[in-house]
Amino acid sequence: MRPLIDHPESAGSFSRRKLLQAAGLGGLAWLSPLTHILGRAQEIQPKNAKAKSVIILWMAGGPSQLETFDPHPGQKIAGGSEAINTAVKGVRIASGLPQVAEVVDELTIVRSMISQEGDHERAAYNMKTGYRPVPALVHPSIGAVLCHELPAPGVDIPRHISILPDQWPARGGYLGAHFDAFKVYDSFGHAENMSARVKPRRQEKRLEALKVIEDSFSLGRRLDLDNKTTLHNITVKRALAMMNSNKLHAFDVSKASIHTREKFGDTNFGRGCLAAIQLIEAGVGCVEVTLRGWDTHINNHEGHAKLNAILDPAFTALIGELRARDMLDRTVVICAGEFGRTPKINALDGRDHWPKGFSVALAGGGFKSGYVHGATDPEGKNDEPEDPVRVSDIHSTVLHQLGIEYDKEVMTPIGRPMRLSEGNVIKSLLKTV
Amino acid sequence: MKPIEKIISPVGQRNLLFLTVCIFGIGAVGSNFLQSDKIVPPREYSAEQYQKPEFVDIVKDIDAEFAAHWEKEGLIPAPPADYLTRIRRLSLGLTGAIPSLQQIRVFEEVSPSNNPIQWWLSHLFEDRRTSGYLAERFARSYVGVENGPFVTYRRRRFVGWLGDQFYENRPYDEVVRSLITAEGVWTGNPEVNFITVTIDQNDEGNNPDEVKLAARVTRAFLGVRIDCVQCHDDYLDERWEQKDFHQLASFFSGTDMKISGIRETGKSYEYKYRRKPLKEVPKMVPFLPELLPDNGAPRERLAGWVTHEENRSFARTTVNRIWALMFGRPLVEPVDEIPLEGPYPPGLEILVDDLIKHDFDLQRLIRVIASTRVFGLDSKVSEGYLPLTANHDRHWAAFPISRLRPEQVAGSIVQAASLATIDADSHIIFRMARAIQQGEFVKHYGDIGEDEFHAQVGTISQRLLLMNGKLVYERTKDDLVANAATRILATAQDNSMVVEAAYLSVLTRRPSQAEQNYFIEIFDQKESRSRQEKQEDLYWALINSTEFSWNN
Repeated sequence: MRPLIDHPESAGSFSRRKLLQAAGLGGLAWLSPLTHILGRAQEIQPKNAKAKSVIILWMAGGPSQLETFDPHPGQKIAGGSEAINTAVKGVRIASGLPQVAEVVDELTIVRSMISQEGDHERAAYNMKTGYRPVPALVHPSIGAVLCHELPAPGVDIPRHISILPDQWPARGGYLGAHFDAFKVYDSFGHAENMSARVKPRRQEKRLEALKVIEDSFSLGRRLDLDNKTTLHNITVKRALAMMNSNKLHAFDVSKASIHTREKFGDTNFGRGCLAAIQLIEAGVGCVEVTLRGWDTHINNHEGHAKLNAILDPAFTALIGELRARDMLDRTVVICAGEFGRTPKINALDGRDHWPKGFSVALAGGGFKSGYVHGATDPEGKNDEPEDPVRVSDIHSTVLHQLGIEYDKEVMTPIGRPMRLSEGNVIKSLLKTV
Repeated sequence: MKPIEKIISPVGQRNLLFLTVCIFGIGAVGSNFLQSDKIVPPREYSAEQYQKPEFVDIVKDIDAEFAAHWEKEGLIPAPPADYLTRIRRLSLGLTGAIPSLQQIRVFEEVSPSNNPIQWWLSHLFEDRRTSGYLAERFARSYVGVENGPFVTYRRRRFVGWLGDQFYENRPYDEVVRSLITAEGVWTGNPEVNFITVTIDQNDEGNNPDEVKLAARVTRAFLGVRIDCVQCHDDYLDERWEQKDFHQLASFFSGTDMKISGIRETGKSYEYKYRRKPLKEVPKMVPFLPELLPDNGAPRERLAGWVTHEENRSFARTTVNRIWALMFGRPLVEPVDEIPLEGPYPPGLEILVDDLIKHDFDLQRLIRVIASTRVFGLDSKVSEGYLPLTANHDRHWAAFPISRLRPEQVAGSIVQAASLATIDADSHIIFRMARAIQQGEFVKHYGDIGEDEFHAQVGTISQRLLLMNGKLVYERTKDDLVANAATRILATAQDNSMVVEAAYLSVLTRRPSQAEQNYFIEIFDQKESRSRQEKQEDLYWALINSTEFSWNN
């Protein structure tokens, strides 16, 4: 057990000179103060790490396992949904994902996910953090744990990013709000609000004025107020550094070739997936891309057909592009929603929430290729799948691949030690070498 | 006869539309200029009321408890904050926005020199924004922030109803009893939404969820987090057993959905404890069972127990929540978990007694807190004092600095940009613009949902939004109609007034000597920036300061 480290960025004072440098007025010199401060943290690259980054395709609303990765064609519970063959002999997935079928030989499909959460918010929390919601404490999402455990000084854009987030984007939880995912709402992956509204000369005047006001505010107030409580001036500095970062282009997919863009599909989600690759390439640790609308209580098949048409090219192109750029082995890709959907079709041709046997697809980062784990009952009667995998097990396994001691305890602000993840590593999902 | 669209050509139609827009626009502009003298002193205000012993003595008792506490901790409290700082705190806490320049002027010119804070509170209580904002904040703990079951739940109606109760200052125990015992249809009886929000859309009977209801009732009204023991006995906290929770949930087992809405059906509640058979669960309360009424419908009995005068948890939770709204931080943390046994922090038990004695009068509670020394303390010290420490914060020996909520930041930006108060009486176009801009801003700034009073720091996204985002840009740029920055320039007589008005509009204070000197020199100097640009830059800097985003 060890206490949470003091955030290295919170060190250092806020002087006008530094600010001006950070604002880009001293040529490249603006980089120096921040890198200097950040430089106190060593980049940590654990020896046994297979992967160094994570991409989460977040299927908000809870996709049906039967219409994605776990079809049971011909059974009553399929309600007419069909399956197709894939690149792996004997493995069939839903007919709505024909392109993904071609890359199943890169995937680990877990068909036996179980959780105890059937409510969207609680289940999304559970999937994103590996913990069930409790009062008094918010657990960090996988991306926050990654950024906290594996600092990468020198990356001056946020290392935890959520593209097109829904109402519950990944959070830093007890690790602190500065580990929250940086949110990108623009469908072309442009990060918003990145340029000053005024020319550099005026920006300089503005920052100078800000300094005068800050000085006045700090008079007579707690000396550690900024470093310990508000982090205001630190945040200003980090925002200015980001505005001037030479890695900002990674957010922008409009520069990618037409050919590449077309593969991902002309959709917000597809562009988000391409941006995710560019960001990981630029040194980002974890990117979450959200595709919402899976909550098909009404007309399940119709809803899934539409979303599969978006997911299919994007997911396939993501795997293909990561492979082509030689990044797949170092990047864990997770495609998951908060739960699955009921085997039973309801009176409105919909499926309802189902946390007892749903699917998650994983790829890269040392996960097996072309492997299917677990099985659900083809008749939908038995709600205990074979070889069940708990949500926390997935978290432990992914953290393990990142070289993070998943069972390490950290001290939370409420004084209660907490393991980074409470699950077990599922060795059978991983490549042996 | 020709139909009308044949008479007016498409071009004519477009012109007509344009003309309509113009007329509305002129109306809006006109109303904006006209409303500048609109603000009036509170209709009902009697200064004597707050000089009577039954008010003053309570405040003194609280002050004495805090003074003793500080002495024990060896702390010298911060000096008192000036009145403007205090009315800013009250406006932020009770209306979700800072006071307008116009309100500040009226406060300074009209309010009585004796006890201006009580005068200000009368002014706020007569403002619909206060009840509306309080309703939204309370609703978060009652029904959460989500829209919930599509067919059977109307959040806006619920918040509207709650706002009416607060506006009329209905005794809070009565309000809570209405919520717990609500019956009927969620559209006709808005309080029923407290029940219907828990309906699980997957449940075939479309019935409210007794487990969720039990959790809400204990947390929101009693400050007890008994829902933690829903699944197993708590090994960390031995106070509660699993059965405590389910016996409480049992009071809601007969709360079902019928054709006529929510009704009591008398259905029993069954639960399967681990390694035990499924069994009917009796209706029992987890503590003070002697206060549970013997007769009546299950929810009436439960409501009677929750709000019973001797069930002090109810008053304690109420005091703690109001305190949290006013200070940005609860007296006991977290806001919905208060031990059943003391010791309690200073002030709490006195406020609890007073609340019970005065029939759960929330406005009186707010008034008493606002009059205490601890609420009036500054968050800084003047020369000659020892520096403030984290210990001062911990023991309330200085006013705690807390991050504003997204809607408070948005509301304050929009308010800072307008000289007049934007309230329920403002022109519809201004109110609509405010609602849209605030909604958009809050989404991007990040709503923190239900966990209301957790210590938070600002994030890079939020900073970028304030530095470069649309709302701040549009509210500070050259726009004589909409923006205070431009209007101040047009009307102020000299540069010192320009600077002062900007500070008052954004930070509700006058500039310090150093600030005054710096900015007046900027305005006096000849340089490449125009006057308008200098003014925009001043506004930008004020809005991007720590002081603007943090209650202090």
